[in-house]
Amino acid sequence: MAGPTLRVDNVSKLYRIGSASDLQSGSDGPLLRALRSPLNNYRKYRSLYRFTPAELAGAAESADVLWALRDVSFAAEAGEVLGIVGANGAGKSTLLKVVSRITPPTRGRVRLQGRVSCLLEVGTGFHPELTGRENIYMSSTILGMRKREVDARFEEIVEFSGVGPFIDTPVKRYSSGMNVRLAFAVMAHLEPELLIVDEVLAVGDAEFQRKCLNTMSTVGKHGKTVLFVSHNMAAITRLCDRGLLMRGGRLVLDGGAADIVHAHLTAGGSDIANREWPELTAAPGDDAVRLRAVRAVSARGAPIGSVKSTEPVAVQIVYDVLEPGHVLSPYFTVVSEAGIDLFTTADSTPGCDQEAREVGRYTATVTIPPKLLAEGRHYVRVVMRSVRAKYRPFTERDVIAFTIVDSVGGLQDSWWEGKPSGVIRPALDWRTEYTQPQMVFDRGD
Amino acid sequence: MKGRAKLVLAVVHTVLNTRNDPAQQITVIEPQARWGLLDWRELWQYSDLLYFMVWRSVKVAYAQSIGGLAWVIIQPALQVIVFSLVFGGLLSVGTEGVPYPLLTTLAVVPWTYLSATMNGASVSLVTNSQMLAKVYFPRIIFLLTPVLSNLIPFSVSLILVAAAMLYYQVQPTAQLVYLPLVFVLMIITPLAIGLWLSSLAIRFRDVRIVMGYFMRLLIYLVPVMYPSSQIPDEYRVYYILNPFVGVIEGYRSCFLGDPMRWDSLGVSAVVSVVLLLSGALYFKRMERIIVDVI
Repeated sequence: MAGPTLRVDNVSKLYRIGSASDLQSGSDGPLLRALRSPLNNYRKYRSLYRFTPAELAGAAESADVLWALRDVSFAAEAGEVLGIVGANGAGKSTLLKVVSRITPPTRGRVRLQGRVSCLLEVGTGFHPELTGRENIYMSSTILGMRKREVDARFEEIVEFSGVGPFIDTPVKRYSSGMNVRLAFAVMAHLEPELLIVDEVLAVGDAEFQRKCLNTMSTVGKHGKTVLFVSHNMAAITRLCDRGLLMRGGRLVLDGGAADIVHAHLTAGGSDIANREWPELTAAPGDDAVRLRAVRAVSARGAPIGSVKSTEPVAVQIVYDVLEPGHVLSPYFTVVSEAGIDLFTTADSTPGCDQEAREVGRYTATVTIPPKLLAEGRHYVRVVMRSVRAKYRPFTERDVIAFTIVDSVGGLQDSWWEGKPSGVIRPALDWRTEYTQPQMVFDRGD
Repeated sequence: MKGRAKLVLAVVHTVLNTRNDPAQQITVIEPQARWGLLDWRELWQYSDLLYFMVWRSVKVAYAQSIGGLAWVIIQPALQVIVFSLVFGGLLSVGTEGVPYPLLTTLAVVPWTYLSATMNGASVSLVTNSQMLAKVYFPRIIFLLTPVLSNLIPFSVSLILVAAAMLYYQVQPTAQLVYLPLVFVLMIITPLAIGLWLSSLAIRFRDVRIVMGYFMRLLIYLVPVMYPSSQIPDEYRVYYILNPFVGVIEGYRSCFLGDPMRWDSLGVSAVVSVVLLLSGALYFKRMERIIVDVI
């Protein structure tokens, strides 16, 4: 078993984005055009997967072709759990498709050892007319298992899915939750050497997602390699040992998962964690007051997109008062990823709700203490309120976002299984008093 | 003796297992496919999947129908009745002494398999394009599925052939020894055409539309409603270029005890094998880029 399970060498993937639509759209059908100019049509079709030397050299940066991957190289050892992060269109999914042999690379090569199971969606190969039992076999064999392997794990899969009594019912009669649970039970019992997972966690309820995460971390511990793409940064830091950051088809950073997440959120998401309106007239507000900037900043005052749960994060609001005589008081609300308002906090400067503001720039910095928010993404809604009823110069929803990452010293290190429930996670002091048993139970009968 | 045999078996088992242990197997993914007809080893690894795909398509085809597999008999039987009334009765097509219903039964049964399989194999990639984009397994499984699954209704509908032969008291003859040959030809012909058409269907969705009525027209170019003796001799050279003609004539000769028509069978075999080999080469090269052009 020498050498890495997976080695990706200088893999590039070029897509043609123009011709495909040419071939299919238009008032007359492709067949008609094929009859009119078969050669032309054939060339067009070939161009979908054949490229000119200029295009391959990358010289012609035309609108027609797109490098979805550019010279991506990395290797993964057995037992490593790799998280791939990047903005939409960074090439994450293309990379997974090349590694799982769904699409060939344009250049470079991939070498892998053992079997690959690729979960680009939940319930691949499920057919509504088939029963749960039959779909377990269908889906497992599609994902590369042998029948005897499924036989051996069948009871486990059924038990895990919790659909026991309905195992011989066609899945079209299942609730969508049962469907997903069954599909996931199959996935959890695959034993490939390389598991490829793309945003499976985007479906299902919180409990299901937690189950997914737990299973995936177990898979890693059993010496299997996992490639995991997700936009859920908390899941990446929790699950992965190593991260790959992709941008524009290139692998820009390869390192520890927490560092990668941090790099992704601060660099790629800087406009999200740090919103500024340099032009006065474009800024939210009116002639009286305008919002100029909202930032999430670290204890040192630097804009930051992701914060460790053990560190404070401050929300900074910069606004310009342009007209005298207004009594103004800004407030903001922190909203969870699920859209729940967690708390609202208003300007508590003495007298600010009675005295009119002078013209000038105001910078309010509000520190949210550490160990208060739960891990995950948080959004901020900023509102400017005035003493006059119903006069709100501006209300900016989701103006910035920052991510709380569970870090060393947080709950990640304890023996919690999965994510503790709750929208916030304050660190509270527990005082427990002990009373000897005879004082409690011996009532002196 | 027994112990020794066991030992030999165990050794063979170990050798086979280490050679085929999927956990040790190295896969290399490169831009260009290697030249070849088919990756047998990989197909073998997915043989269980092929089994379930075949089983699924049979089950799904008759799910929630009262008749179930009975439809497999009813459909060709109705066709035989209609053909017998129109061509055997009204138009009195010459059959050289063979009862028309028997003659047409012997053609309708293999033709049902041929048309269903060719149609199924040709559109298999397009209809499964959703799955193609989500998971990898040897793409040829999509084509092999209709080829194998249609054999089940075919086998069942052989009852119709047996019934017609019993009714008309036609004794089976030694010609039946050629049946396996005709049977193999019946399987590879639609597979060969499917290999070409399935990749084409991805490119031009028109293939799917055309296939439906093309098959309805093709039936006139095959001796289903009439015996091939009706074709004037000078045109027979062109007529037998159609590989389906050999298959249908083959079935008739085998069951009726007529001399085998080696000209049509030979042409059919050559055309099918050429199409099969070229189609396999083409398919092997095209299957990898299918997802990019869907």
